[in-house]
Amino acid sequence: MTQGTPAGSPRHHWVVRVTHWVNVVALSLMVGSGLRIFNAYPAFARKGETFCCYPFEGMAIQSWLTFGGWLAGARQWHFAMMWVLVVNGLIYMAWVYLHGEWRDLVPRRGDLRDSVEMVKYYAFVRKDHPRQGKHNALQKAAYFALPWIALLTVVSGIAIWKPVQFAGLTDLLGGYTWARYWHFVSMVAVVAIAVGHVFMVFAVDPYALRSMTTGGWSERLSPEARNARPFINLKL
Amino acid sequence: MNRREMIAAAGATFGSALLTACDSTGPARAAGALTFAQHKNETLERALFSHRSRDRVAPGVGVAGDKFPSYFISDRVPIWDAAMRGAWRLEVGGMVSRPMAFSLDDLMRLERQTQRVNHYCVEGWTAVADFTGVPVSALAAACGVDPASRFVDFESFDDGYHESWDIESAMHPQTIIVYGKDGSPLSAAYGAPARVHSPVKYGYKNTKYLTRVMFLPAANGGYWSDRGYEWYGGL
Repeated sequence: MTQGTPAGSPRHHWVVRVTHWVNVVALSLMVGSGLRIFNAYPAFARKGETFCCYPFEGMAIQSWLTFGGWLAGARQWHFAMMWVLVVNGLIYMAWVYLHGEWRDLVPRRGDLRDSVEMVKYYAFVRKDHPRQGKHNALQKAAYFALPWIALLTVVSGIAIWKPVQFAGLTDLLGGYTWARYWHFVSMVAVVAIAVGHVFMVFAVDPYALRSMTTGGWSERLSPEARNARPFINLKL
Repeated sequence: MNRREMIAAAGATFGSALLTACDSTGPARAAGALTFAQHKNETLERALFSHRSRDRVAPGVGVAGDKFPSYFISDRVPIWDAAMRGAWRLEVGGMVSRPMAFSLDDLMRLERQTQRVNHYCVEGWTAVADFTGVPVSALAAACGVDPASRFVDFESFDDGYHESWDIESAMHPQTIIVYGKDGSPLSAAYGAPARVHSPVKYGYKNTKYLTRVMFLPAANGGYWSDRGYEWYGGL
């Protein structure tokens, strides 16, 4: 039995649905323009030094993954879209807090064990889908971790935006070079979670596309009810 | 159209829109919104700006030396031709009570400041150097700048290159007219005889091969700011 969604009410509140799709657009444009900015100097080393921790120093990102056309164009998009992303994120976080939705997302005792069970289930070690609340334990972990990683992206972004005015913040992150690195690495983590999320939507729960657009949803189509694994039991 | 076709159609539309968008500058209609955001950002950046802020280079970090990239817009390294143009002078004019023309020796007799700072390039790299020169604020005081002057234009003999600044950034304690780098006289590759340098502005704002410093009532654009880069370019 999936909790948190009374019969007849939308699976996701309209605030969640709207902020979700605004986020898709804003995040895509931020990542694309950010990669275009990165391509102006696709490395981290201070001039005259080497950098320990990036194996692809000097290798440009494929241009089809970038947005903005050139450095100045990408910067214009990046510094405009950042407000959309941050304001949208704050609206979502405020709603999650005020509406009590955080109860479906904050980790609790037993989540680690449930995550192991989910992995065992996906690996065919376990036969039946573990029981879950609104989200399974792996989803919960991803949806909970995402805002914190995104927060690191925002804070490190502020540090490289104003490394002199906010010198204390930049120092806290290890200086400009490291702040730029954390900005990049945390972005990669956000993208990795987003890619995993999109894969799971199409491979396990395509009905989530409906519940995230119209809100429409049916208990009997849940992955738990369908006993769905990636590409298995997509239909009832 | 059933639901499956609908999803496929929506996916195809979104996907092709995404592919068209790749590495483009985006829809032309967005230009107005982008300019609006840039102006709002500049207002915020100027509010955040403080003369108490300092760029810091961590202890143990050395200078880039000749790994410091060299950049100019002319075809060759710009070198002041004294035979053709007379002895080099740095003119300070505009809204000042005492317009002056400084020789390099004159500049060196003014207040001298040496600082180890980061050079922030808009491309994303940084380079550290020990810069020696005279604070722009000292130059302004020597020439008696009109308090009504709100902007400064730094002009060069590098094929018309120039960039204008807000006066607050120009008066920052780490904004200096540089004539020495890493303990040696500034070389032609890095903007000799003199350049402006400040860690509070991106490299493209830091005009090299200086000829004139003009105190102005209004901003006067700049080489890269007229070509799409933010005019403010502050850090």
